[in-house]
Amino acid sequence: MEYVIEMLGIRKEFGSFVANDNITLQLKKGEIHALLGKNGAGKSTLMNVLFGLYQPEAGEIKVKGKTVKVTDPNVANELGIGMVHQHFMLVENFTVTENIILGNELTKAGIVNIKDAAKKIQKLSEMYGLDVDPNAKIEDISVGMQQRVEILKTLYRGADILIFDEPTASLTPQEINELIQIMKRLIQEGKSIILITHKLKEIMDVSDRVTVIRKGEGIGTVVTAETNPNELASLMVGRQVEFKTVKSEAHPTDDTLVIKDLVVADYRGIDKVKGLNLTVRKGEILGIAGIDGNGQSELIEAITGLRKSKSGSIMINGTNLTNKKPRKITESGVGHIPQDRHKHGLVLDFSIGHNIALQTYYQVPISKNGIMNYSKVSELAQKIINDFDVRTQGEHTPARALSGGNQQKAIIGREVIRDPELLIAALPTRGLDVGAIEFIHQRLIEQRDKGKAVLLLSFELDEVMNVSDRIAVIYDGQIVDTLFPKETSEQELGLLMAGQKKNSNIDKQGETTHVE
Amino acid sequence: MSNRVVNILVPVISVILGLLVGAIVMLVSGYDPVQGYAALWNGIFGDTYAIGETIRQITPYLLAGLSVAFAFRTGLFNIGVEGQLLVGWFAAAYVGIAFDLPMYIHLPFAIIAAALAGALWAFIPGLLKAKLQVHEVIVTIMMNYIALHTTNALIKVVSDGGDNTGTINATASLKSAFFESITDYSRLHYGIFIALAMVLLMWFLLEKTTTGYELKAVGFNKHASEYAGMNVNKNIILSMVISGAFAGLAGAMEALGTFQYANVKGGFTGIGFDGIAVALLGANTPLGVIFGAVLFGSLKYGALNMPNEAGIPVEIVSIVIAIIIFFVACGYVIRYFLEKANKKKEAK
Repeated sequence: MEYVIEMLGIRKEFGSFVANDNITLQLKKGEIHALLGKNGAGKSTLMNVLFGLYQPEAGEIKVKGKTVKVTDPNVANELGIGMVHQHFMLVENFTVTENIILGNELTKAGIVNIKDAAKKIQKLSEMYGLDVDPNAKIEDISVGMQQRVEILKTLYRGADILIFDEPTASLTPQEINELIQIMKRLIQEGKSIILITHKLKEIMDVSDRVTVIRKGEGIGTVVTAETNPNELASLMVGRQVEFKTVKSEAHPTDDTLVIKDLVVADYRGIDKVKGLNLTVRKGEILGIAGIDGNGQSELIEAITGLRKSKSGSIMINGTNLTNKKPRKITESGVGHIPQDRHKHGLVLDFSIGHNIALQTYYQVPISKNGIMNYSKVSELAQKIINDFDVRTQGEHTPARALSGGNQQKAIIGREVIRDPELLIAALPTRGLDVGAIEFIHQRLIEQRDKGKAVLLLSFELDEVMNVSDRIAVIYDGQIVDTLFPKETSEQELGLLMAGQKKNSNIDKQGETTHVE
Repeated sequence: MSNRVVNILVPVISVILGLLVGAIVMLVSGYDPVQGYAALWNGIFGDTYAIGETIRQITPYLLAGLSVAFAFRTGLFNIGVEGQLLVGWFAAAYVGIAFDLPMYIHLPFAIIAAALAGALWAFIPGLLKAKLQVHEVIVTIMMNYIALHTTNALIKVVSDGGDNTGTINATASLKSAFFESITDYSRLHYGIFIALAMVLLMWFLLEKTTTGYELKAVGFNKHASEYAGMNVNKNIILSMVISGAFAGLAGAMEALGTFQYANVKGGFTGIGFDGIAVALLGANTPLGVIFGAVLFGSLKYGALNMPNEAGIPVEIVSIVIAIIIFFVACGYVIRYFLEKANKKKEAK
């Protein structure tokens, strides 16, 4: 039999939402098969079906020609399927060996035989050129090494089909090169690999064939050697008719936000924003397009003061606000609709009224001489609930009880009503229904029309194309190009987002402002 | 069922369940539960003396409960109430003995000294938590032992090697001749008014002030508070300091009210630890703390009458009291887990 894994016509539903619809993926023995799709296209769902975490509503899975039912991950393990997760599942203060044998310990008379296991791991490591020290502690080794431990874990359990879920998301460029070498070595030794990614460059570099899915539907499978990044981008993005947001021409004037050579590290100390330059002007919406994990979160956190930047400067209306406290930045006229509304945007156990006071609770008229004036909070809450169409039983309802769209409207109301000079909207429509999305877009455009600056961060190309007046594409911590929506296409953006620079733009890297 | 109804029903059902199981324990051990509970009732409400002593017992529980509840509301677990109470006790007694001042200065001075001592004792774990992320549970537990032995040593120093500071000056005493006269010379003192005033103060702080809004926000969601420009570390320290001040006042109640002295102790008073249960029983609200303290104080004091009047051994009495409290706490725990499960469902 030619195929080691066949997933035929897989369909997976979550309630009324169809995450996978009629997807077919066939993995040949000894190939690297890429699974390509945008965020939320259904890649992870499909792999979770294969791994036994979800049961499909329709379709068939064959392993080495035999129809199987993967009821849980243990069954997948027995079938020789191993998953290298995007977020590592390792015990930090255990050694490499201890982590690998965890749940599968070799024992002699009830005592774990670490030495033999370590030897076996050493052998495996040498065989695949992984260069892992079996006795090192996880907390002492690099992220790249930790990933190799995850690979070893699957090999130790006898996997010959390996699934890599976005393996390069947290790696440095060198580590990515090394990983590609490791994958090729694995193939030489007779393993087969499914590579989940949305990075076109990696696919072109390493894969034999590509299966593309879009919005849960299988688009088809192509041979890598017979395609090109352009074709893959258009397959991934699709050419569906977009609903264009109604808006007038932008009339941008002075610079509001000016970012110069900004460098920001993530929580692990790895640079995520790498010398970024960006300008947002009064009266325009600047959209940042990019794939998750290219430094967007760190950029927003640095602007809003939630994360320290290592170097560079952030100026807002001529005031240097680099590494200032969040309150100072807020008071300088910045409104922020945070990316994670549950973590940062709301105190879920507070009432919606209390939440609406979150940015102004300490100012007159809400607070006088340290005493809260809750009737003023009520007034403000009522105003926002009415003006921003927040559907709730009342201001005393806990924020937790509101739907996502209404929570988001409340946050937007809270930020917009302060009339900020710069409004930062990070993924403002994530997980919302069409009606709420349109409402939120209109509010952003309204701010722009009032002559305010709006910075929009989104992973949705449609949203960036429709709402922005200018689009800055972020890749690997830098703005690689700035374009006008009318003069670009989703295909072009898709390529830029995946790190495929247009030749003419290579020397323009870092430059951000277009001359009009 | 509305939240309010659940809030009232859970403790009531729990108390009834606890009484029932307690009765079974008495039956199995060969004692008459009706007689036993009658003795408990008389121990609490039997005569004016019993009522006076019960209220006296409730007084420090109120403050210890407030202390734990206040920290909880800010997302902190103050297990160090016991230690903060002990340093407060000593501070109040010391000021009560060492100074000779008119009452309107001396009494407030002694009370404030106790609050400050408790606040200082809680400031240390607060600072360590805020600056170095040391978990406050570990530090406060250790601070309890330090407090116990430090105050014991200080009492020896103050009393020239004795194990009692001697009685405080009358100008620093909370003793009430009026209460003595209406409660048949029980030790009930004016401290109960201070404790109730503190309940009011906690309510006012949390529900009316800007600081309270901040403290609650930080307690519920640190990340959103930081996003809103609050100083999370400052609030952690402030919360511990206020919590410690309440605990220190509980110590003042014993020093200036009940005992009129501080003495060397072989072990903890237990009031600080019971304060955790009081706060949990009261769902960390000021009003709830009153409920918790009344329940705890009454049972603890009333139970003393069960061996005398019903002939039930002290050991059985302890079990019965523990069972009643256990069920009340369980009601809380059960609901806590139910709510948690609900939240998880929502998150998915």
